[in-house]
Amino acid sequence: MKVVVTGIAGALGREVASRLVGKGHEVIGIDVRPWYHPPDGVRVVQADIRKRPAEDVFRTMRPDAMVHMATVTHLTHRSKDRFRINLGGTQAVFDHCHAYGVKAAVFVGRHTYYGAGPDSALCHTEAEPPMAVHTFPELSDLVAADLYAGSALWRYPAIDTSVLRLCYTLGPLRQGTLAAFLRGPRVPTILGFDPLFHFIHEYDAADSIVCALESRLRGVYNVSGPPPMPLSVIVREAGRTAVPLPEMLLRPLLGRFGLPKLPPGALEHVKYPIVIDSSAFRKATGFAHRFDEDATIAAFREAQASGAKNVT
Amino acid sequence: MRRLIPASFIPLPTNPAVAQRTSRIELPWNRHGVDPYGIDQRELARLYTLLGFFYHRYFDVKVYGTENIPPRGRAMLVGNHSGGWALDAVMVIASLFFERDPPRLGQGMAEKFIQRMPFLAWFTSLIGQFLGIPENAVRLLEDERLLLVFPEGARGTAKLYRDRDSLVGFGTGFVRLALQTKSPIVPFAFVGGGEAIPTVANLYGLGRFFGVPYIPVTPWGAAIPLPVTLQILYGAPIILEGSPDDTDDVIVGHVERVKRRIAALIVQAREVRDGKRRESDLELG
Repeated sequence: MKVVVTGIAGALGREVASRLVGKGHEVIGIDVRPWYHPPDGVRVVQADIRKRPAEDVFRTMRPDAMVHMATVTHLTHRSKDRFRINLGGTQAVFDHCHAYGVKAAVFVGRHTYYGAGPDSALCHTEAEPPMAVHTFPELSDLVAADLYAGSALWRYPAIDTSVLRLCYTLGPLRQGTLAAFLRGPRVPTILGFDPLFHFIHEYDAADSIVCALESRLRGVYNVSGPPPMPLSVIVREAGRTAVPLPEMLLRPLLGRFGLPKLPPGALEHVKYPIVIDSSAFRKATGFAHRFDEDATIAAFREAQASGAKNVT
Repeated sequence: MRRLIPASFIPLPTNPAVAQRTSRIELPWNRHGVDPYGIDQRELARLYTLLGFFYHRYFDVKVYGTENIPPRGRAMLVGNHSGGWALDAVMVIASLFFERDPPRLGQGMAEKFIQRMPFLAWFTSLIGQFLGIPENAVRLLEDERLLLVFPEGARGTAKLYRDRDSLVGFGTGFVRLALQTKSPIVPFAFVGGGEAIPTVANLYGLGRFFGVPYIPVTPWGAAIPLPVTLQILYGAPIILEGSPDDTDDVIVGHVERVKRRIAALIVQAREVRDGKRRESDLELG
């Protein structure tokens, strides 16, 4: 199968590409970021997914399938352009899929779609509407991209589209929202709150994406790994020190004294859990995670320790 | 670093026998002693140690009909509120732990304001007392848990001393929930909470200021309970027949049936209290 992978130069994108090649597929990557030495079987086109060169990939190479991972979060991309990349980019690639006869598409979304808040459910199923729009307006473009990708199921019924709502990833690659949050030696938490965090090993996350593609899955699915763990335990097991601060104190301190700069809505995600039910995905694909919660955190901690040594 | 767990602020001891009993609660614990919803065994052991003092020493708790609590599998304990705050729920949770073998964890459906309170939100989720929304209730029942339901809601705890053994309006959601999940309903009565916390007034304005529904006031000010006799009567399980999509008048019929059972249990508890009925003459079936 010839597979286009957008956002291939990201840590998870590279893992997905390597797995696809390992399974005998041909991979064409599109990313604005470079990937200098991709493995054999992977071709990388350095382009913006909304621009002409990206469409040319679809027109001239006629891929059979697409994995769309080129979305950005407020943590990695601060410009006002973010909305256009996430929503405009998603629109463009699905239109190309339709126009150039792509048969299967996987949109890799996030479980933060559901939002965190005092009145949210213990465990979210795919049918629930997005709460993130009002608790965390900065996520609205990702929520919109998720829903837009899902609309491909009725707009372009010929394409087998699956929308994956992937929980936080953690592991040796040290990329993603949770890894960024745990990067420093001290991790700010909110005094009096200790939410459950749902995470999956980066390798398992890559496997799940490949699994969704190869099963020609249709529909919207939550994807998670082992059961969630309290944030305080994750921080401790990752070799970090939790610094619990009262919310009233933490808000004005954000972005100062080495604390991450977070939008106010992000604090809800440090106060309340987002836990997802991935039983539908497991049933539909037979997917099973390989790494449990301890192995996942240990992999992150060891990579972080050796990474820090390399710097010094 | 030591975990800043709510109960750890006060260095509470854990009774080893209670901790051993806690480990026998049949929940899917992982090797950290945590269940998939984040319920923490160590925190429960600490809680039950504290509850044990109140259950065995401080109050004189009399429990009848514990054989009506299913030893395992889903069930809904449905009862009345008695006392200015959820002392009833606390003592029912203690009785499910101390009177049943294997012990069971009673999971209440917490009010929304609790989730906004620092420490309280954390502590209640560590001990399995989750937000009372239908999605959570369905999920827990389908996971074969034992749910605690007070259909009177916050109006029930707001009852004043003179209304202590009355029942205010029941919600209907619990019946649809029981029908949907095919869960047996175990009706129970809690009597004595009104004597323990005789509420003379509820301060709603002050409550709003602190983010709680109201603040109960007793003749001695704060709602600190007196060491009195508390009675818990568990009735025989009721298995409702029907569909969760039945019309309101059908559902209300089921609600009334459960409410009548609870009212009858309250009357019997009162009679035992007043010496008008022997304990051996209780009709819990």
